[in-house]
Amino acid sequence: MPLIVVDVMPKAEILDPQGKAVTRALTRLGHEAVGQVRIGKRFELTVDGEVTDELLGRIRTVAEDVLANTVIEDVVGIHVEEQA
Amino acid sequence: MKVGVVTFPGTLDDRDAQRAVRLAGHEPVALWHRDHDLQGVDAIVLPGGFSYGDYLRAGAIAALSPIMTEVVDAAKRGVPVLGICNGFQMLAEAKLLPGGLVRNATGLFVRRDQRLTVERTSTPWTNGFEPGQEIVIPLKNGEGRFVSTKTELERIEGEGLVAFRYAGRNPNGSMDDIAGVSNAAGNVVGLMPHPEHAVELGFGPDTSARMRSGLDGLTIFALALESVAA
Repeated sequence: MPLIVVDVMPKAEILDPQGKAVTRALTRLGHEAVGQVRIGKRFELTVDGEVTDELLGRIRTVAEDVLANTVIEDVVGIHVEEQA
Repeated sequence: MKVGVVTFPGTLDDRDAQRAVRLAGHEPVALWHRDHDLQGVDAIVLPGGFSYGDYLRAGAIAALSPIMTEVVDAAKRGVPVLGICNGFQMLAEAKLLPGGLVRNATGLFVRRDQRLTVERTSTPWTNGFEPGQEIVIPLKNGEGRFVSTKTELERIEGEGLVAFRYAGRNPNGSMDDIAGVSNAAGNVVGLMPHPEHAVELGFGPDTSARMRSGLDGLTIFALALESVAA
């Protein structure tokens, strides 16, 4: 069964307190090479049958209307993976 | 006047809001998220809590509830709608109000009696206040930071849609100290602090006169009829 992956990130201009906390922890552990961490979301949608352009179009609508709130987040990627 | 208070799974302050409506002289009507029936109410309150455990985003799933179809229609007809805390988050998710609410800049849940400045008084929920009046009502949330894009924020400020602003220290990093906003028509208002917790002696914020005697929230629920008709 095909797997459609939707990636959502907080908008760049919006402070991400979670990412900031992780960045600070990494710095404390001595990983100075890591400049910044931002945390987003990965959605995995399994679908029945073939992944058509029409279906991907509908998934994009769902991603922008429901999975992400485009006032504060961006849909940064939609891609198809084969399920293991 | 009949004021509907919608209960969602995970709503906490619905009965507090119903009590506030009653203390302000109106009749509260309990509404259920799965119904498509507003039971003929004259105004609607979306109360606070953690609907659906804040899954996906705070207020996001509740904003897709069956009753929200009717709430959105009513809001567009001019019916007064008030969103408190999680209710504000739902109104933002439903795009009835501009902007969004995200995790507090400190990453901490904040609970305090909060000073606010009333900015917009041309709404049925705020017309009992004087412009610039300072009030104190409780604040309690983890995701109360109001954010928006730069251009949207300019529009919100330019059109005078800010209903309440934090006075004194900004508790959560909200842009422009925004605590509450309204739609252009003014019938839809959302705010993060909780007016329903400042309506009764013995339970509100402290005042200089007496402990727990703050009643500033009552003015919001007073909903003067003439303003609704206007």
